[in-house]
Amino acid sequence: MLGRVLKRWSSIALIVLLPTALAAGCGQSKDSSTAIRNEGSDTMVNIAQAWAEEYDHKHPDVHVQVLGGGSGVGIASLIDGNCDLANTSRKMKPDEIEKARQKRGAEPREIVVGYDALAIYVHKTNPLESISLAELAALFGEEGTLTKWSELGLPPNSQGSDKIIRVNRQSGSGTYFFFRETVLGKGKDMKLASVDANGSKDAVSLISHTPAAIGYSGMGYATEDVKMLKVSRRRGEPGAAPTLENARNGIYPITRPLQIYVIGQPAGPVKEYLDWILSPEGQEIVMQLGYVPLASKESSK
Amino acid sequence: MNNANPGRVDNDNAGQVSNLSETANNMPGRGRVDNLSYGDNPFAPTLLEKRKRVKELFAQYALGAITISLVLPVAAILGFLLVKAWPVLGFSFLFDNPANRMTAGGIWAPLVGTFFLVLISLSAAAPVGILAGVYLNEFARDNWFTRSINLAVMNLAGVPSIVHGLFGVGAFVLFLGLGRSLLAASLTLAVMTLPVIITSTREALAAVPMTFREACWNMGATRWQTIRTIVLPNSISGILTGVILQVSRSAGETAPILFTGAVFFTPVPSHGWGSFFPYGLDDRCMALSMHLFTLATQVRGVSDEYLYGTAVVLVGLVLAVNSASILLRGYLRSRKKW
Amino acid sequence: MNDASTPVKTTDARRPGIARRTVVDRAEPLIEGLIRLCGWSAIVFVFAIFFFVFWGAKSALFGGVSLVEFFTSARWQPTSEVRPEYGIFALLVGTLSVTVLAMAFAVPLGLGAAVFISEFCPGKPKEILKIVIELLAAIPSIVWGFIGYMVLGPILIETTGAAVGVNLLNGGIILALMSVPIIVSVGEDSLKAVPDSFREAALSLGASRWEIVYRVLFPAAKHGLLAAVLLGVGRAIGETMAVLMCTGHAVQIPRGLLDPVRTLTATIASEMGESVAGGMHYSVLFLIGLVLFLITFIVNLAADLVVKGVRNEQR
Repeated sequence: MLGRVLKRWSSIALIVLLPTALAAGCGQSKDSSTAIRNEGSDTMVNIAQAWAEEYDHKHPDVHVQVLGGGSGVGIASLIDGNCDLANTSRKMKPDEIEKARQKRGAEPREIVVGYDALAIYVHKTNPLESISLAELAALFGEEGTLTKWSELGLPPNSQGSDKIIRVNRQSGSGTYFFFRETVLGKGKDMKLASVDANGSKDAVSLISHTPAAIGYSGMGYATEDVKMLKVSRRRGEPGAAPTLENARNGIYPITRPLQIYVIGQPAGPVKEYLDWILSPEGQEIVMQLGYVPLASKESSK
Repeated sequence: MNNANPGRVDNDNAGQVSNLSETANNMPGRGRVDNLSYGDNPFAPTLLEKRKRVKELFAQYALGAITISLVLPVAAILGFLLVKAWPVLGFSFLFDNPANRMTAGGIWAPLVGTFFLVLISLSAAAPVGILAGVYLNEFARDNWFTRSINLAVMNLAGVPSIVHGLFGVGAFVLFLGLGRSLLAASLTLAVMTLPVIITSTREALAAVPMTFREACWNMGATRWQTIRTIVLPNSISGILTGVILQVSRSAGETAPILFTGAVFFTPVPSHGWGSFFPYGLDDRCMALSMHLFTLATQVRGVSDEYLYGTAVVLVGLVLAVNSASILLRGYLRSRKKW
Repeated sequence: MNDASTPVKTTDARRPGIARRTVVDRAEPLIEGLIRLCGWSAIVFVFAIFFFVFWGAKSALFGGVSLVEFFTSARWQPTSEVRPEYGIFALLVGTLSVTVLAMAFAVPLGLGAAVFISEFCPGKPKEILKIVIELLAAIPSIVWGFIGYMVLGPILIETTGAAVGVNLLNGGIILALMSVPIIVSVGEDSLKAVPDSFREAALSLGASRWEIVYRVLFPAAKHGLLAAVLLGVGRAIGETMAVLMCTGHAVQIPRGLLDPVRTLTATIASEMGESVAGGMHYSVLFLIGLVLFLITFIVNLAADLVVKGVRNEQR
């Protein structure tokens, strides 16, 4: 009888204690370390991941949690208090700054961590070499009427279809915002019916599989299956290729800063992490991933 | 009928024809054919029967072809995934963390994350679901309230996974203040898997014959005693099957965890105690399904093999769990005493 | 004496068979209460889901957007600096077209396979096929999306000359492959539920197997088969990750099978993270969630009523 009782209670104990032990094990291993939540730009997500990976080797007690989704995700999370650092590839808008001030009680601070040249990608078999900002606006903007490859001077049906497939980004993406503002101009909308990619890499991947496609993404996402076009400010002018130098000296017309936003004055582990990002080590990673690091006088502030 | 004279019509009643072969051959729309003589072989197939057999064979092969055409392409696709993933698969793929900007190494961190997501969500959903199934089958009376509960269970099962994600964000992340965390994501998954556990428990309990319960009651046992000692142990196979099936579902779903707790990347220790318990309940975690999504759409420089490898591990995990549940079901069923 | 004032002896050497009143049994009323509580959990959660989604949508629902514009405008520009527009007509058409196309593939294939497995298949292959279909149902949605994106997309560009490989056709095929298992299993269950006497009666009249299926089983099981199709529709409408990756995610009304489209579910999944909690975009996304919830609720209700119609008829 005692044996039966023991058997019953031990099985109950096992069922109750095992999940508790697991959960406790879950909770315990984290008490000694700090978490830095980094969300935001899809363009920067690979840089952010590389930073987190390198930083983890140096400071194993701090673990950085990286989430992409778009600059909009980062800004929204920052405003809602769901993250500590927001990566963005566009500047925060005045109403977003206002909302952050209201909800979080402090001013969001902007820290520029690098530069990106937004490259225009086409399939590697596309004979087009250069495009102007005006043509891009006519193609992507709502008021534009450019829809066929033949209008750009290509032989008809050279890309399998005369219709140009526009590869866009999702509407909350900082890249989308930046492109819209810089290429189309303030107060303009994008034409609907574009194929909206789910990330910077997705945009390039779609273009690499689709001969009739054209799209834009960070210059760090180039692969061998796509070609980057030279971009000129005006039609007929020679275009500038999206390279490090052209981005730095402003010849390439579509360049943008990459920044991290933080609420209030950063302190503690967050400040250390930001300092490390701005240091030569952090900037080395920016360059490794194909972006433009800060000029040496700007970094290590 | 007069067999010696096959062509003769026996007029038993006015106008009634009893010579069947003559009737068959004189059906409207048929040309006259040779008279099949019933005298030779009464069971020889008639033309009608021959046509029916052809139609039936055609139907059998056509339907068989349809079924094969469903199964074969999927098998081919899965085989293709396996072939493309082959260079990467191996022990180290499963047990190493993602390295080198997530383009190399393995998938340990997402695998552990998925493990914990499934464990915690089932720990929450299984007890509630099983007890709810017990209620519906053993205690509930057949009134409008019970019918509405059944309707609710069915509807809960049909809610789109992204709406579960919205609910998770609204209820667990914001309302309960859990923030984006392992706990919030697990609870969202728990709500998603609840209805199937309820339904399978209910069916398993219903399969236990009423006589078992009646025998117990005759001996003076209370309702809960009966359930505890006789009904539940005898229906454990069906219940376990339902719960195990939900393991694969929780492991595979992406939409509910997209905004409730899964992240693109978080460093996970590669050795030691911490590598087995890397996530606290309020931490964000990596998950296998999310990892596949981010690798395909956001990570640059990932080789095709790595992508296919992740997909193969996910599919393999899901198929393995489901096969285990099917085997378990077969084994337990063979041990049933009734 | 067996009245309530006399405590029952817990052990009795003369009658060793008496059930021993353990702690667990003493707590029986509590346990029954807990069970009852869990029983209500399903209703609680369905209402909770409806409530939270409704709560999230309330600022859009009550005056935030004009509902007429919401349902009839095809202009979805939620982040426009000029004038944010929240018209989901193109998205509704996207969801509808992908679902209809998927069902056009899945219903004949699924019902055909269900009939084959139920009526034409001998014992051993039948078990194997049923297991295979069950395993097919388990493949996660993200893997289907991955297959559509990486494998089917390039194939479609090669074979159909489509301008882009992720489009309506791609989404329709993938969704069909996802819905077939549920149509097959529920359809096969409902065919199995038709009493054997029906089949035997038809056989005795000389019917072939195909004629039994066509003339006897389909009419007898039509409610169950319809329910199977409706459940497949419900699955297709609610699918998120697969359509996110395979349909091309383009806000437009498709003019052909090879045009990319966008569904309601994919819109929520891709834009949810970037909307600030409490903002109008956030609220509109919850409104879309509410619309989805109601659509699937109606489809499931219809399936349930159809099945109930069976029980009433066969009574």
